[in-house]
Amino acid sequence: MGTENLPTSIVRFAQLDKLLNLGRANSLWPMTFGLACCAIEMMCTGGSRYDLSRFGAEVFRPSPRQSDVMIVAGTVNKKLELAVKTLYDQMPEPKWVIAMGNCAISGGPFKFKGNYNVIEGVDKLFPVDVYIPGCPPRPEALLEGIITLEEKITGKRRWPRVYAS
Amino acid sequence: METSIWHALLYLVGILAFAGLNAAYLGYCERKGAARIQRRSGPTEVGYAGLLQPLADGIKLMSKQLLVPKGVDGIIFRAAPILAMVPAITSMAVIPFSGNIQARAMELSVLLLFALAALAMFAILLGGWASGNKYALISSTRAVSQTLAYEIPMLFTVITVVLISGSLNLQDIALDQQGGFWRWNIFRIENGHFLTMWISFLIFFICTIAETNRAPFDMAEAESELVAGFMTEYGSMGFGLFMMGEYLNIVVAACLTTVLFLGGWDCPLGLIPGVWWFLIKIYILIFTFIWIRWTFPRTQIYKLLNLNWKILIPFSMVNLLITAVLIKVF
Repeated sequence: MGTENLPTSIVRFAQLDKLLNLGRANSLWPMTFGLACCAIEMMCTGGSRYDLSRFGAEVFRPSPRQSDVMIVAGTVNKKLELAVKTLYDQMPEPKWVIAMGNCAISGGPFKFKGNYNVIEGVDKLFPVDVYIPGCPPRPEALLEGIITLEEKITGKRRWPRVYAS
Repeated sequence: METSIWHALLYLVGILAFAGLNAAYLGYCERKGAARIQRRSGPTEVGYAGLLQPLADGIKLMSKQLLVPKGVDGIIFRAAPILAMVPAITSMAVIPFSGNIQARAMELSVLLLFALAALAMFAILLGGWASGNKYALISSTRAVSQTLAYEIPMLFTVITVVLISGSLNLQDIALDQQGGFWRWNIFRIENGHFLTMWISFLIFFICTIAETNRAPFDMAEAESELVAGFMTEYGSMGFGLFMMGEYLNIVVAACLTTVLFLGGWDCPLGLIPGVWWFLIKIYILIFTFIWIRWTFPRTQIYKLLNLNWKILIPFSMVNLLITAVLIKVF
């Protein structure tokens, strides 16, 4: 996990930083912001079967000023580039970005020779913290992405990782 | 009424603690209530049953960058969130929680409460105005027209209560209703007539929902139309203070409904009155607020105003007339 995007200050207090990071990690409010079919999976994650609210991350704020994490769920077109970038710039620090789905990661199926209007990867516009592959990713994958972001913030994983045997 | 410094300090700390605890944990209750109504489980992982969730939110909101955007009116922009909190906390000073738990007994406490409720509207107006954002401005003007309109039937229904009790003192109004639920203002029988106070209660309750800007009347922060309404430009704790102010307004509205209609601290069976009955009643009312919010969709602004001007105001005026006639003439 890289820590290059974490907010830094000149004077650091280890325990206080830990507490602040714990608070931030446990209330990651996403922005109400969906671009394509990945947004449907994001809504499903907030619904009753997968329930994002268990981790305190279900408060989808409509204004970028109040949100902490931007879930880029879908294809970013050239036309949308400016809007997405503005939304990112309007979020106050500390802020994180989750690139959800193949389109947001690399352009996905739209990456071909002669592509003229799709941004090939949202990390060309601003730094991305967590990539969630899939077309679209299942809600479990988004939950895993949120937990990974929490791990990135606090340096500790919420639950031990289980590998398929 | 003793007015020593210790008395004042005790009540100051007590009311601030009560207000802070309510403002923090009503957010949690709302998220849990929303989750239960939508067949989810709500916050469960942060502390036992998610009980540390408000703490995490508070830490996050306080440690977030305090952003004052370009082009806002700096002083008013910073003052508005504080103004959202202050009237709600101030009005708790005159609410009688029980026969002897009241910070300041005032003769005109009903009047003071409604003056402060009108002041709470200014927080929204100033916040929306100072943001320099068109959505915030539309939202604040909506909120003002809504609050002003709904104050009329609210005051008409309060006049019926004042007619019965013959006093503008909340303590007297509550004392007048002691001794079982049949003596509460909502089921009031005066001179052998069953008064129409339950209509008053319904109108008053609808008006409190509208006054506190709660769904289905939350025209001020209609996400689908106005981004986040008057809070659009507020991040971090400015937004937190607005939310806390909203929850405190709900608490005050529930307290006022309890005192005016539900007998204050009186036990329904007339047995042991006490502050716990007051708390039980206000939390049932607050639960109803949350229940209504997550059950009904948002109305539209013209339907909201039509409901007020065409239904609530005529009904409350006729209701006042009937009550006055039943009490004073027959």
